[in-house]
Amino acid sequence: MSSNDNDRSTSPGHMLRYRGGLGMAMWALHRVTGLGVLAFLLLHVVDIFLITFGEEVFNELLVIYTAPWARVMEVFLLFGVLFHALNGLRIAVQDFWPTAWLEEGRLIALQLTVFVIAFVPAAWLMLEPLFE
Amino acid sequence: MDVTFTIRRYQPEVRDDPYYEDFEFEAEPTDRVLDCLNHIKWQIDGTLAMRRSCQTGICGSDAMRINGQNRLACKTLLQDVGSEVTIEPLMGYAVIKDLVVDMDPFFDQFRRVKPFMMNEGSDPERERVQSQEERERFDDTTKCILCAACTTSCPVFWSDEDYVGPAAIVQAHRFIFDSRDDGTAERLRILDDAEGVWKCRTVFNCTKACPRDIEVTKAIAEVKQAAMWGRV
Repeated sequence: MSSNDNDRSTSPGHMLRYRGGLGMAMWALHRVTGLGVLAFLLLHVVDIFLITFGEEVFNELLVIYTAPWARVMEVFLLFGVLFHALNGLRIAVQDFWPTAWLEEGRLIALQLTVFVIAFVPAAWLMLEPLFE
Repeated sequence: MDVTFTIRRYQPEVRDDPYYEDFEFEAEPTDRVLDCLNHIKWQIDGTLAMRRSCQTGICGSDAMRINGQNRLACKTLLQDVGSEVTIEPLMGYAVIKDLVVDMDPFFDQFRRVKPFMMNEGSDPERERVQSQEERERFDDTTKCILCAACTTSCPVFWSDEDYVGPAAIVQAHRFIFDSRDDGTAERLRILDDAEGVWKCRTVFNCTKACPRDIEVTKAIAEVKQAAMWGRV
């Protein structure tokens, strides 16, 4: 069957054309945070690799991480790692706890509560030096 | 009430690209979306292409995106969706014309899970006896009408057409948990695959989209467990 209009696209704009609700929003954020953590890991591999060029080059790069904007980026990293980990645990619980599907709303509420309890104090501790 | 239907049109014999067209008319709040589409086709624009057959929620022909969510047009009342209604074809399959999509890939995945009774024993003298409890085990998944609302609501399916999809897993569930069927191991072998049940990301779009209220995500989770432990 030939057609010029396959209506198949993985672009975020295309996917937003479906109103999937909370479950889909959590899935989308899971993907975004996963990509963010992957990007950081690649950056991390690159900066560790720089030590092969000598101590000076390596230390010069590490100074970047002390900059205020880098601290803010690290808070984003914390957000990504924490959300991705907790959401992954929730999905695993739902997949292997036979009646967990009934608890979707409550499980998400529990996940977000744990997220806020862990994220807010940690983010404050990381950002506090910027306000001193 | 005055209603406006915004329909995603695709008329390959007229123009190459899809476009949206508005239709304004009067309707009753208790009219179904299908009644409105019939009105448009019969009274306003006969070129509108869509599928419908039984018009009573059994055949599954008229699944489409109504205000961004998959529904059956014949089971959706105007009073539940408002006076501004956007109608689009199911996502993920090639659009042939307007609201008609190519369902061949859907039925290819359906056939992959061998959706029929497989019994290796000798035929019984009268019938294959099953207790009420054994029947209850797969009752929910017998309700599927193959409308594709679940599969085409799945973000994983949109990005991977090789994914077997929720509808085929529901069909497999119906036989895997049927005590009269002997094909469980074969079906689990098919579904215990990266393009099988493990592709599911537990998004719940399928459960919300099902016009028969089948607990699709739960059925998929049960098949995941059966595939992991090798037993039902």
